[in-house]
Amino acid sequence: MKNQISRRRFLQTSAAATGVFQLGWTASGAWAVVDPTMKRVNPFIKISADNRVTLVVGQAEMGQGISTGLAMVLADELGADWSRVGWEQAPNDLAFALPGGFQSTGGSGSQRRLMPLYRRGAASAREMLIAAAANKWNVDAKLCRVENSFVVLNDKKLSFGELAEAAAKQAVPVEPPLKERSAFTIIGTSPKRFDVPAKTNGSAEYGIDVKLPGMKYAVVARPPVFGAQVASFNAAAARKIKGVTQVVEIAAGVAVVADNTWAAMKGREQLNMKWKESAGDKVSTASIRAQFIAASKGTASKAREVGNTAEAFAQSGNIVEAVYETPYLAHATMEPMNCTAWVQADRCDVWAGVQAPTLAENAAVATTGLTKDKVHIHTQFLGGGFGRRSESDFVTEALELSKQLRVPVQVMWTREDDMRHDFYRPMTYNVFKAALDDKGMPLAWQHRIVGSSILARRAPQNLRGGLDGTSTEGAVTLPYDMPNFLCELATVNTHVPVGFWRSVGSSQNAFITESFLDELAHKAQQDPFEYRRALMAKYPRQKRVLELAAEKAEWSKPAPVGRFRGIAFAECFGGFVAQVVEVSVDKGTVKVHHVVCAADVGLAVHPEIVKAQMQSAIVTGLDAARYGRITIENGAVVESNFHDYPVTRISDMPKIEVYLTGTDQPPGGVGEPGTPPLAPALCNAIFAATGKRVRSLPLSQTDLTKT
Amino acid sequence: MAIAFQLNGKKQTLNVEPDMPLLWAIRDVVGLTGTKYGCGMALCGACTVHVNGEPVRACVTPVSTVAGKNITTIEAAVETKLGKVVREAWIEAQVPQCGYCQSGQIMSATALLAKNKKPSDADIDTAMAGNICRCGTYNAVRAAIKDAAQKLA
Repeated sequence: MKNQISRRRFLQTSAAATGVFQLGWTASGAWAVVDPTMKRVNPFIKISADNRVTLVVGQAEMGQGISTGLAMVLADELGADWSRVGWEQAPNDLAFALPGGFQSTGGSGSQRRLMPLYRRGAASAREMLIAAAANKWNVDAKLCRVENSFVVLNDKKLSFGELAEAAAKQAVPVEPPLKERSAFTIIGTSPKRFDVPAKTNGSAEYGIDVKLPGMKYAVVARPPVFGAQVASFNAAAARKIKGVTQVVEIAAGVAVVADNTWAAMKGREQLNMKWKESAGDKVSTASIRAQFIAASKGTASKAREVGNTAEAFAQSGNIVEAVYETPYLAHATMEPMNCTAWVQADRCDVWAGVQAPTLAENAAVATTGLTKDKVHIHTQFLGGGFGRRSESDFVTEALELSKQLRVPVQVMWTREDDMRHDFYRPMTYNVFKAALDDKGMPLAWQHRIVGSSILARRAPQNLRGGLDGTSTEGAVTLPYDMPNFLCELATVNTHVPVGFWRSVGSSQNAFITESFLDELAHKAQQDPFEYRRALMAKYPRQKRVLELAAEKAEWSKPAPVGRFRGIAFAECFGGFVAQVVEVSVDKGTVKVHHVVCAADVGLAVHPEIVKAQMQSAIVTGLDAARYGRITIENGAVVESNFHDYPVTRISDMPKIEVYLTGTDQPPGGVGEPGTPPLAPALCNAIFAATGKRVRSLPLSQTDLTKT
Repeated sequence: MAIAFQLNGKKQTLNVEPDMPLLWAIRDVVGLTGTKYGCGMALCGACTVHVNGEPVRACVTPVSTVAGKNITTIEAAVETKLGKVVREAWIEAQVPQCGYCQSGQIMSATALLAKNKKPSDADIDTAMAGNICRCGTYNAVRAAIKDAAQKLA
């Protein structure tokens, strides 16, 4: 028995014992000194007497390095010595919410949405430390400065730790001066990440690693067909398995509870589950596709319109048409879903890797009837998120079980459970039509998207006139000058649940728009890079990224013999990324040799983490483009594990180079924007190699031997 | 049924079902959680441990089959002379992102380097292809293995 409870206690006691100066963000929207007698402390910044600074991070650490990145922002503005800075994971508390009042990690939003807040807080703390020193020295505060966790005046200096008690008694400045960018000493450097040591010796604690006294292990039999109800099951047979203690029906299905995970899994196999007939029973990928095709010929909502495409089509003699399709995709995080909950009469604790503690908190309130202040979400390291852990279905299951059994319960998902009960990236069907002018440039661009709505389930209040912006993002505005433009959406919701998947709508929309644009360039007999560059004349920032990718990939020079290149650009969550992919194709088999990536994500707080995120996003793009496909048959998901849902392995990795530009701009998104351009750049390279246009993913389903 | 084996240099006697995979015996019964569950079918390598020095997928290894053998998990593997060098290389290259697969990656890498002091790219591909990383840290994994090999030379 190690870890979780002790970590929680540490958070509570350390606040009172060592954090002599704690600055927090109040519900009324101001920075305030944390009063240790307050029942619910929410310190962001703790400065202890031993001159250590601790940042309490409200964001989830899922590999994107946010614990290190936000601490760097804080430390720089504060004037702290980086070697004396650490972090703690925050509890669930709206004090840690993003602007808008929701504690959540996603949309590549942590730095771009929180940096201003964190900088102001750190600047306030710094001014208070300076004021405390100036008081002690009886001098004007303006004469003092901070340096490496000390306030300095000529040959005198006092450490932040020595000043902490007095600083806590200073007034909190409302508009503290912020550092000039040129004065940054930590932001823009690449120190070692906080989380790496624990992730190299097995000591990092993920949701799956939580062990509590008296804890039971459970697995759940869920309906293969989404939404189906339980008809019957054999609880007695499951209970005969040694170690199985209970069989419990919950909303999601039937849970087998045991003394260890293995017994629970074996017990589940004995349930002989029968499910009632349901509306989804006859649904298949083919039937959904037929629905989509029918919808593509019906009415659609206009997402954005410029000029008049119909008139342009009537005038032009040079029309290009194409249909593009993308499949459902699973998230397949390395750590399958799991959650540990302990519901007691007067409190409820949840341990899990969650992207959205606020949603987990809501789930706990709804399941237990307890008030929010009785709910404690202990966010663990996430063994991958990619949007899957922004859901709370796996949290609710554990809560229901613990509420019934009154003991701590860990619900473990097998890989098969995880793959077959996901919220998938939506399958889409896209109809394109474009008209070219006499120079071959696009006179009109028309794109009709058919797909399912994520927001209809997740946030219906954010639908705009029935339009789901996540379906059209990455397609509705393109950094290309086109006089007539129309993007339309026809939404067809099915029984297959859809959800946020790394880079969301842009992940498929960049593939289809950047591939179709490539078709136009070839139709116009123009170089695909030069074609894009010409259309980007009014978008200098995007153009610079495209040019940098082409320059670093030596686009103007021929590729090595037998190799072929493709280029693509995408804009996603405030990040601009262009990639050049180099491939060879031998007897229909594609080998990806090299990816050159140029990214403008604005101010790069930690350039090496940004580059690592681009590498990661590129691999996610490779997985989706080459292999990823979830198939529906008889209402259920066919794929189950990594043998039929393959992903990139070390042996099929390309060389990757990443270059950053635009670092003088405000921070943009980092974790996701690297994914969208990969699939189109890859498929454009395949076209260059084979003359075959890939209009449906994944590549593993495309026969490239025939051209 | 009592099954005895050496775990990280200490004798363990477990009263568990003989078909329980070594993975769950280590995690749920012994309580060592550095070894991860990823697929249950020996497809992803997250559960890699050493059995008598050989990399083995603990998720498909019935605990009864390791009776009398020496099992090493990530917790002890990075404390050996070789393991320390590998871990140091991992930290130097800042390999992990989410980190969940990294115990398995390091276990496969240490097993490789124990036998092959100068692995080629092809050797690395062969030894590491069974370890999936969904964060795509593969190029950093390769760099860290080469760095460790140099330091061990």
